[in-house]
This record gives sequence, structure tokens and C-alpha cells, in this order.
Amino acid sequence: MNMFLLAPFMPLQGSEYAKSVDLLYEFIFWLGVVFFIGIVGSMAYFVFKYKRVGEPRNIPQFSHNFALEVTWSVIPLIIVIVIFFWGFDSYMSNRIAPNDSLEIKVYAKKWQWEFEYPDGTRTLGEFHVPKDKPVKLIMSSDDVIHSFFLPTMRQKMDVLPGRYTTLWFQPTVEGKHQVFCTEYCGDGHSEMMAELTVDSQDKYKEWIENGGLDKDTPLDQLGARLYKSRNCNTCHSIDGTRIQGPTFKGIWGRTERITGGTTVVVDENYVRESVMDPNAKVVEGYERGVMPTYKGLLKDREVNAIIEYMKTLK
Amino acid sequence: MSTKYVDSVSSVESTAHSENYINAKKGLMSWIVTLDHKRIGVMYLGSILFAFMLGGLMALLVRLELIAPGRTIMGPKTYNQVFTLHGAIMVFLFIIPSIPAALGNFMLPILLGAKDVAFPRLNLASYYIYVVGAIFCVASLLMGAADTGWTFYTPYSTTTGTSVVSMTLGAFILGFSSIFTGLNFIATIHKLRAPGMTWGKMPLFCWGMYATSVIQVIATPVLGITLLLLIMEKVLGVGIFDAKLGGDPVLYQHFFWFYSHPAVYIMILPGMAIISEIIPVFSHKTIFGYRAIALSSVAIAIIGFLVWGHHMFTSGQSELAGMIFSFLTFLVAIPSGIKVFNWVATMYKGSISLNTPMLYALAFLFLFTIGGLTGLFLGTLSVDVHLHDTYFVVAHFHYVMMGGTVIAFFGGLHYWWPKITGRMYSESLAKIACALTFIGFNVTFLTQFVLGSRGMPRRYYNYVDQFQPLHAFSTVGSWILGLGFLLMAFYLLASLKTGKKASDNPWGGVTFEWQTPSPPPEHNFNYVPVATHGPYEYKS
Repeated sequence: MNMFLLAPFMPLQGSEYAKSVDLLYEFIFWLGVVFFIGIVGSMAYFVFKYKRVGEPRNIPQFSHNFALEVTWSVIPLIIVIVIFFWGFDSYMSNRIAPNDSLEIKVYAKKWQWEFEYPDGTRTLGEFHVPKDKPVKLIMSSDDVIHSFFLPTMRQKMDVLPGRYTTLWFQPTVEGKHQVFCTEYCGDGHSEMMAELTVDSQDKYKEWIENGGLDKDTPLDQLGARLYKSRNCNTCHSIDGTRIQGPTFKGIWGRTERITGGTTVVVDENYVRESVMDPNAKVVEGYERGVMPTYKGLLKDREVNAIIEYMKTLK
Repeated sequence: MSTKYVDSVSSVESTAHSENYINAKKGLMSWIVTLDHKRIGVMYLGSILFAFMLGGLMALLVRLELIAPGRTIMGPKTYNQVFTLHGAIMVFLFIIPSIPAALGNFMLPILLGAKDVAFPRLNLASYYIYVVGAIFCVASLLMGAADTGWTFYTPYSTTTGTSVVSMTLGAFILGFSSIFTGLNFIATIHKLRAPGMTWGKMPLFCWGMYATSVIQVIATPVLGITLLLLIMEKVLGVGIFDAKLGGDPVLYQHFFWFYSHPAVYIMILPGMAIISEIIPVFSHKTIFGYRAIALSSVAIAIIGFLVWGHHMFTSGQSELAGMIFSFLTFLVAIPSGIKVFNWVATMYKGSISLNTPMLYALAFLFLFTIGGLTGLFLGTLSVDVHLHDTYFVVAHFHYVMMGGTVIAFFGGLHYWWPKITGRMYSESLAKIACALTFIGFNVTFLTQFVLGSRGMPRRYYNYVDQFQPLHAFSTVGSWILGLGFLLMAFYLLASLKTGKKASDNPWGGVTFEWQTPSPPPEHNFNYVPVATHGPYEYKS
């Protein structure tokens, strides 16, 4: 419903609500264009028309015009009150989630999003919802303030420690939708993304019955995807750059020095241990306590997938 | 009206051009311990321009890093420190003191027909407090610069390992400098106006300074208290904002914006005040709607205190609060709009000369109008939820703060440069620099409205590939902008050596400063100035 060629300005419209927000956005946009042309146009015209030539002579000196001044105060006042009511109305229409919403708990921490479904399914960095069903997110943070931003749904809400905030949407477009963190939260802020997948009702049912697990993708490809979606990439590079954690490049079979003096060869068991209990063997030169545990967040097939992916990073 | 705006009561014309505030006393000490508002203004001017250069370099680094996704010249931690320094330096060390403490300090007493500000010693104290605050801010750079953003949101700021304490302590100290200047100006405007200068005959610059000073005095203590509480929590572990210690992180945002939104008006009102001086002079015409412009400054100052919650529409504050803050935000748009209409109307049937100060005023009208109109998107609840904390907000406040205040500041600097230094700058180079700045600014920031609408979050070190072309375009704009400022620095400095001597009244203004020599004598006037008519009464 981008009526006035503003489509390139806005992300995909993922819900009916997104369309209604865009309509208001366009109204304000074109109103602004009219005012801008009026103001800057008159200014340009006056500069052109009344440009000084020689000494100023016979300049009419008038100091005010009551009727004109009242007009240009009252008309904008009426216009902004209209915008206010429109904006308030559309905001309120999307504050109270319907009772039949699918409720998903969202836990934010530096720098990842974790999702928990009513049946206990937990996912990290990605979540699925069925098309056309209202979804309510009940969100809280483990550490600092984050903010959950779904551009395609035109929705955003801060996620606070020690308190719940909520956000809901009713997706109408199947496919992938980007989630950003929009409250500054430190080094990994710009990597703190997640992916929403809107599935058809049937596909969603299959996904949730599998416990949110992907059964079809080959392990190394799944691992490559998890490396991003599970936010491994926030701290571990694959091109040899040092970030917060050791790079994955050439990691397989490497002998690492461990803080405290021992060494370990990177194999299946060391990777598994590091994922589940990150502080057990920290590579020398890196801080303890930076990496969170993935216990309960990664399923066996997912750990295997990451291991297979690591083997490909020569 | 044929009477002169200034009546010479005791004329001492003979010494007028030989002795001025610059050569009246000699030696470094005569500057360091000076009580002359003009010299203090010049010292402030040098300091804030240095801060502007520092903050500008940070901005160029930020833009350079963002030219492509991923690492370009620095890592995420350094990037976060650089954008924090950019914001904090620009806000606390440059924009807030820029017009009031530098240009205002110099011009306000002269515009009022006074010999000095009401409390010259307090004025000097405010400068040294500024210097001490600035040292704390810049010292934090050497001790692991803060990486919190200039807003210092808790609990991030209380848990990060960087030197937040030094930075906030600096901002805390700078607050006192701001309060002292405000107090001084309020007293000066009330008590030291020249004979005959009623409130209704005061130049609009003074009205703008008055409104600004009131906000400085009332709002700044709240920031001081807030930053002190933050330091207490960080150093002593007192639970105020951190949920883990039983505090409330959103409380910090309320405290912070209770100051920092009015502070936006501390920044823009002086800019508007300068524009109200420039446009009538270069149109050779009485300002249109004097009373409306003067009172709208006061209205902005008052309503500006009641809109802070519009920074927090997505913070989890109640719907009722959101509604009230949204409504009040729209109300505050009206007085700003009235001012813009009045400035444009002043040009109608005038005699418009396009000297550099006027070009800056026209650029201000263009850019501030965009800044103001894009504010309508952000005041609207449902649209703001989408745009909040994206590049749309970054673009919006740069249009207001830089396109508005900074452009007005440079307009004022060019307008009063002949009076302050006694020298004229190269008009042709000045026009080129103004054009470069204007073009560079729009290339840099117009693109960011589109980035933000498309969902690009602010304070991002890295970004998804689809945003790359616009980011690169914006970065190129920052280079044009940098070039414009470099050129400006060159011809302004050159004018001090080689510029031709300025006449007393190069622009044909009728306010007090143009009736006294350039540069002004130590006590501003060689006679007792008397205001016999309004500040914009031109002979027709």
C-alpha cells in the first residue's frame, strides 16, 4: 500500500499494522514536502525578487500583521493535533495483544537473543512463527538494556533487566525477517541480531514438533548457518582476526595453550565441553567469563553441525 | 523616525580607533586574569573551536569506519569509544557553550549597551570551570575512553570497564560553567540595559539568550545530580539505577532527559537568536513579528521542560505517559514554526544582500525546516516506534543541531567577526566554504533519513550489506563537509594577518554593536549609549 512511490524508503510490510504505520508516515512525508516547498520556496523567491541592487531605498517597513500571524499559528496547530491523534490511535491499536496470541518468552543478553516456546522448545538467534497468528513476545534482559526491533513489523520495544516488556505482531508475509538490537549494549551490539521465520501453518507445526530442530540440512551447512544465527560470529572470526575469542580459522586439530599452563588439542570433546562449560578450559590470553554457556540451548545435532563446520575452516 | 539609535552623550571619538580591547593591555597575564567579557568571550571562542575540531575529527573517523561493513580502520571497542567521544565533546564542550559563552559573552553586553556583564569575576570563573571540565573529559580519552554513548545509559554505563567516571565528572563540572553563564546573563539583561532600552526594544538576540539562560539555570542542576548518582552507583555500589542492586534503569533515562531535552533548546535557542539578528540586517528591514519571536523563545523554554518522555516511547513507559509526551511535543513545534514564518516574512519586500552571514541564515532556514519537519515523524507515537534509535533520529538531530545551531553559530561568527577582530575575511572564499558545508552536510545526512526509515539502527559498528551504498554516500559527504571547515579555518586565520580593516558598521546594522568602533574599546563605548527606538528600525 505504498501509494506514493515511497516504497524504497521502508522495509517490507510484514503485517497489516505495518501498512497502517506506513500510511501515516506517508501522510507526514507529503505534508512536510508541502510545508518545505512553501517555506523554502518563498525564501528563494524573495531572495531572487528582492535582491539588493545599489543602496537600499524605499523599503516598506512593516512590523507585524495580526491576522496573518494568527493564521499561521492556528493552521499548523490544527494539523499537528490531527497527526497526534492519528499516531496515538495507531499506537494504541497495537499495544494490547489478542488473547489467543502465541506467547514466546524472549531473553536478551550480551549479545544474543534466546526464545522459549510454551512447549519448552528453546532456540537461539532465530525463531519461527505461523503466518496470520498473533504472536506476543514477553521479554526480559539478563544484563543491560537491549531493544527488540522488527523493522518489517514496524515494532520495537526495549528489553530491560528486572522487568518484563511485551510486543506483539501478526505476520502476513512468509519468509525471513530481520531482528536488530537497537539499544546500545557494547562491543557486540551491531552483531546482536536474530532471524524471524514466518512459516505456513503446516510448516510451523512440523518445525515445533521437531523441537525447533532442522533435520534436513547437511551438518556442515547447518553449522555455517548456526555460526551466524547462534552469534558465534560475534566473538569468533573465521578469517584469523582476533575478536573477543580465538578465531575458528584452522582451529580443528590445533593445540591450544590453556590458562594455567596445560595444553589441549581441539577435537570433538573439547569443542563440546567449551560450548557447554566455556570456563572449563579457556585459551591463554583470553578472559574467563566472557562466553555464556549454551547448555540447553544447542541440541546434539546442532553441536555436531558446528563441529563439522569447524572442520571445514582450514 | 530620524533620531539615531545611539545618542552620543559624551563623545571621545579621537581615541576610538587607536585603543581597543585587544591592545588596551599587553601580555599573557592580561588575558589569563582578564575580567573583560570580550576577552573571556575570545578565550571561550578559541576553546570551543578547538573542541569542535576534536569532535569533528572523531566524526570523520566514525564515517570512515562505516564506509563498508565490518572492520575498515578500527575494531568495535574503539569505534564505540570514538562515537561516544564525538557526541560528548560536541554536546558538552562545543554546542552548549558555543553561542552563549563565546559569541554571547562578547556581544550580549554590547547589544544591551552595557560596559560588561553583571558579574565579571563569575564570568572568568565560568571559563576556568569549563577548562577543568574539559580536562576531565579529554583525560578520559587517555584512561580508556568511555564507550557508553554520550547518554551514559544505565546499567551499561555502571558496568562497563571504561572511564565513565572521568567523563561524567567532566560533564558534571561543565554544568557549573553553564549555570554561571546563565546566571550572569539573566542578571545582566535585567539590570544593565542601556537607558531607554525597554524589554520591547531589546534586540532579539538578547531575548534568545535570556530564554536559554533560564533553561541553563533550572535544568543543568538535574543533570549534575543525575551524573553524581551515577558515579555513586558505579564507585560505591549504591543501588539507584541498576536492577541487580534494586534500582531502576529507566529512572536514569527520565532524569537524564529531564535535563537533556531542555538542553536541546539550550543549543537551538541561541542559534535562532542569531538568525533573528542577521535576517533583518541583510534584508534592511524591520523584523516581522518581533513580539511573536521574543515570546516564542520563552514558550519554547517553558514547554521544552515537559516533553522529555518523547525520547522514551519504547522504553516501557506507560501508554498514558506516551500520549501526554507526544501531545506536548507537537505543541512545542508551533513556536518554532512561528519563528520560521516570521523570518521568511521579514525578507518580503526587503533589500536582500547575499553576504556570507546571510548565506548562513538562508542555509539555516533550509536545514532547520527539514530538521523541524522530520521531528513530526518522531513525535508521532506509532511512527516513532519504528524510527526510534535508527539513523532517522541521527539525521533528524544533526539537521537541528548542526544544520540549525552550528550553521547559525558560523553565521554569527561571520557576522560579528569584523567587530570581534577588526578585520574582514575573504568574502569569496567564505562563500565557497559556506557552499561546501551546505552541500557536504546534505550529502552526509539526507541519506541517513532513508537509512533509518529502512531500519538501520544507530550506534552500529557493523551493518547488513543492503545498507552499504547509502553509508558510503554519507561518508563521502563527510569529506566535503570537512573540506568546507578546513577552508573556513584557513581564511579566518588568514584574515587576522592580512584581512583589510573592518569599518565600524560593515553590514549597515542599527543595533548598538555597530555604533561602536571595530574592535570595540575596553569599555565597549566611548559614550553612554541610549536607546531611543527599536533595534530594527531602518530608514525606509
